[in-house]
Amino acid sequence: MNLAAQINSIFAALVLLTAFGMLVQRRMNGLIHLFAWQGLFLSASTAIVGYFASVHHLFVSSALTLGLKVVLLPYILHVLIRKLKIEKEVETIVNIPMTMLFGIALVIFCYHLTAPVRELSTLMTRSTLAVALATVMLGLLMMITRRHAVTQIIGFLAMENGLFFAATSATYGMPLVVELGVALDILIAAFIFGIFFFHIHETFDSLNVEKMARLKEED
Amino acid sequence: MDLSVGEYAVGASTMLLILLLAPFGSAIILAFVGDRKLAPELNIIGSAATFGAGVGLALEVYFRGPMLAGGKFFFVDAFNVYLAVLTSFVSMTTAVFSRRYMRREREHGRVGHLGMRFYHAMFQLFIFAMLLCLLTNNVGILWIAMELATLSTVLLVSLYRTPSAIEAAWKYFILCGVGIAQALFGTVLLYFAAEKVLGEGGEALLWTNLAGVGDKLEPTILSLAFVFLMVGYGTKVGLVPIHHWLPDAHSEGPTPISAVLSGLLLNIALYALVRCKVLVDVSTGSHHAGSIMMGFGLLSIIVASFSLLRQKDIKRMFAYSSIEHMGIATFAFGLGGSVATYGALLHMLMHSLTKSSIFFTVGHAAQMHGTQEMDRIRGLIKGNPLVGWGMIFGVMAIVGLPPFGIFTSEFLILTATIKDAPYLTPLLLLGLGIAFAALVRRVQPMVAGPRPSYQVGMKPAHVPVILLMTLVLVLGLYMPQFLSAWFDKAVGLLR
Amino acid sequence: MSAPPFVIEIVQVLFLLATAPLFAGWVKVLKCWSQGRTSPGLFQPYRDIRKLFSKEVVLAHNASWIFRFTPYLVFGVTVLAGAIIPVLSDDLPLAATADVIALVALFAIGRFFTALAGMDIGTAFGGMGSSREMTIASLAEPAMLMAVFTISLASGSTSLSHMVKSMQLGPALIRPSLAFALLAYVLITIAETGRIPVDNPATHLELTMIHEAMILEYSGRHLALIEWANMMKLFLFMALGAAVFFPFGIAGEGDPGGLAFAALALGLKLCLAGIILVLIETGLAKMRLFRVTEFLGSAFLLAALGMLSFFILE
Repeated sequence: MNLAAQINSIFAALVLLTAFGMLVQRRMNGLIHLFAWQGLFLSASTAIVGYFASVHHLFVSSALTLGLKVVLLPYILHVLIRKLKIEKEVETIVNIPMTMLFGIALVIFCYHLTAPVRELSTLMTRSTLAVALATVMLGLLMMITRRHAVTQIIGFLAMENGLFFAATSATYGMPLVVELGVALDILIAAFIFGIFFFHIHETFDSLNVEKMARLKEED
Repeated sequence: MDLSVGEYAVGASTMLLILLLAPFGSAIILAFVGDRKLAPELNIIGSAATFGAGVGLALEVYFRGPMLAGGKFFFVDAFNVYLAVLTSFVSMTTAVFSRRYMRREREHGRVGHLGMRFYHAMFQLFIFAMLLCLLTNNVGILWIAMELATLSTVLLVSLYRTPSAIEAAWKYFILCGVGIAQALFGTVLLYFAAEKVLGEGGEALLWTNLAGVGDKLEPTILSLAFVFLMVGYGTKVGLVPIHHWLPDAHSEGPTPISAVLSGLLLNIALYALVRCKVLVDVSTGSHHAGSIMMGFGLLSIIVASFSLLRQKDIKRMFAYSSIEHMGIATFAFGLGGSVATYGALLHMLMHSLTKSSIFFTVGHAAQMHGTQEMDRIRGLIKGNPLVGWGMIFGVMAIVGLPPFGIFTSEFLILTATIKDAPYLTPLLLLGLGIAFAALVRRVQPMVAGPRPSYQVGMKPAHVPVILLMTLVLVLGLYMPQFLSAWFDKAVGLLR
Repeated sequence: MSAPPFVIEIVQVLFLLATAPLFAGWVKVLKCWSQGRTSPGLFQPYRDIRKLFSKEVVLAHNASWIFRFTPYLVFGVTVLAGAIIPVLSDDLPLAATADVIALVALFAIGRFFTALAGMDIGTAFGGMGSSREMTIASLAEPAMLMAVFTISLASGSTSLSHMVKSMQLGPALIRPSLAFALLAYVLITIAETGRIPVDNPATHLELTMIHEAMILEYSGRHLALIEWANMMKLFLFMALGAAVFFPFGIAGEGDPGGLAFAALALGLKLCLAGIILVLIETGLAKMRLFRVTEFLGSAFLLAALGMLSFFILE
């Protein structure tokens, strides 16, 4: 294993660690910080791959992640939770050890799922694809197990982080036009969930989405 | 199948440009026009221009064959141009319908000043996103446009700002976001496989390039990619068990939005899925992808038809009916073969026309009674013959009675099923039968009988309902030569 | 000059017996400084042990043989553990007979008997302490094993001497699996040695004490042995961590001359470890008991992640 791959795998490990951290973090502030850290690790990893593999459009992707996921989105989230006065809010999470075990199982599952890619790929980043998919899945798990609107959004954004990471790991990034488009979509999504937080808070007097239970199928 | 680049006429198409610029431009203009009096008319004009361009493009393709435009950025063949025409047509009729409908909502104070501005601009943006989905040559752009289509409708679903509407929109946002993320992972895997054959760079994600090298793509990777794409785009198609956003979003948003979501967005997602399926089938040389689609389709038909029985909300019921019909189309595409594919294409068309027409009448019926609860909607024929009869004909068409078009498509699909997968025929028939019973049982008391005291009269939008239902009837009785030839071409692309 | 391995073995055990109280004293001194108190001095633990040995043993009427037997057993087991961990040298004859899993089992035996002894007298505190200790142990041990397996995977052996050797030879770069294992190991050490935030070794407050509750009834030389064993346990966990993750300086085979250097290196490492331990203890508040499951859950998670990243990333 050469140096570049080794550095990259350390960043991959850190991305995975932050993904797990978010899964069990109760405090809103801590959650947003973890998300920003994950973005930072992702951006660093992308830049390193770009440098060692001399794929220059990865620098754009790295800068995009840095600007969007490390600076802009955490800033927006901070402003939002301060405006909604929920920055001190502590979410109740049931059964953290179970969630963790399930998360570990998901990582193993992802490892097996990406095995064919690992075998066929010749890139130095091939081993991190499993971590990328695991990040996506952990974001998904977070959205399922958590009941707070802000948390669900952070889970959603963490999934996007995983997807960017997957693109870097599998193919040294998608074509630039696609990455820019995806970033644009995330930006629009940020705008929309910002509006949503206010609507939900206004209507339900809380950002706990458990209060939204009108539209269940009555049996 | 052979879709090498040489087959495409390359060049800039004015029609294609207009087709994409008309809705995009309208969106910007309408964002500035806002709640002025002429906004609905502008909305109709924009949509009409889009439809005109769609027809123009279709004629171009019909006479000159498939083409590439904008430096390989866009491509048009028989399959996507037919959906583009359908999209622009249904969006035009919806724009006509929404003029009367939204004016009334505005008068009743359900939508505010800002809401109307937002509604018109986002409606056009949504049409633009769907057309971009259809016409782009790049699998990545397809994903981006699909996400854009979701994002532009999320806030339309919550337009009324009621607790249920916000809940529905949140669900829509979160579930579709989750789903579509899986599709992006699938796209990454697809790119991984394509890159090995086509080399690095954006070229490897072009449909036209991929189609030519389908058999060289790594089958294991493509099978894996298809699972993710299936889950991702399947969420947007509204396939069971990832359909939970659909009934909520359809029932809580404004009716014109329900009509375009049901009639158009689901089709677009299915389009993406079918394109991927063709690619994967060529690569794996097996029926792997088709079987997955058949499974999801059949499950959707059964679950949706049973759910139809339990509904109390009229828009919710028809939302489940949409799930059922998308299930039928998915099943048929999965089945493959020329008859089933032809049937599926026809089914997409017929379902779009019929379901949007039904939503128009349903919207008016709900406005007349001030509720969407079916127990409170009574005496529609006496109250307003157009709404009453429109709904009767619409439901007759949607349950697959002759002589309407859906009968033809469902008949074709059934025939193909009996031939290729006879053991599945009873399940399919069971789903269709239950849906039939559920819908007829629910709709009959709503249309017949005396007018209830709380019913208020209104002027419905005649043109869209009559236009759409006539089309469904005519196409059921007589299939014009050019349309049939067109479908045959599309079937040829998908085999 | 070359000494037979068993000499090295004996030297190491004697070193352990002699310096474990010193390390405990060092931690106490640091703690006092951090809290702005005057410290009782580096050698206070020695004085405590001597004092306890000279006092008479008071036994409850209903104390059974388990109660009397436990201090000796705990002490013996800890010394045995000290004989297989490469504290100073990895050329240990006993290390060949017992691997890291046996080490975990040795600690488990000690804990098991301590818990039995806690319940033996039948006082409320003893039983409470035992039940809490077992709750924590049931969570800490799997995590400990996971962390240990990760290191075994990375070094290709479960024998402690082999582990240390291959760690010494391996590339100097950080490996994600080892980083995770180290983090997990830190958390487990805190739980296993009863430090804040899991347990507070300095408290006798009935609501919070765990380990102290079990040994509340001991006196005289029994208490001295248990306290001494406890100091050795803390020392050994630190030394094990230092040996496996930072093996710099440990004497190799047939190199008794390196022992002095190894002792010096170990002294430095333990000084640092003590500082880190005190920083953790002053930085954190004691957790409520049911949060301890989450604490150890994280340790397990980290250890499992270490193992996974060994497979996935290396």
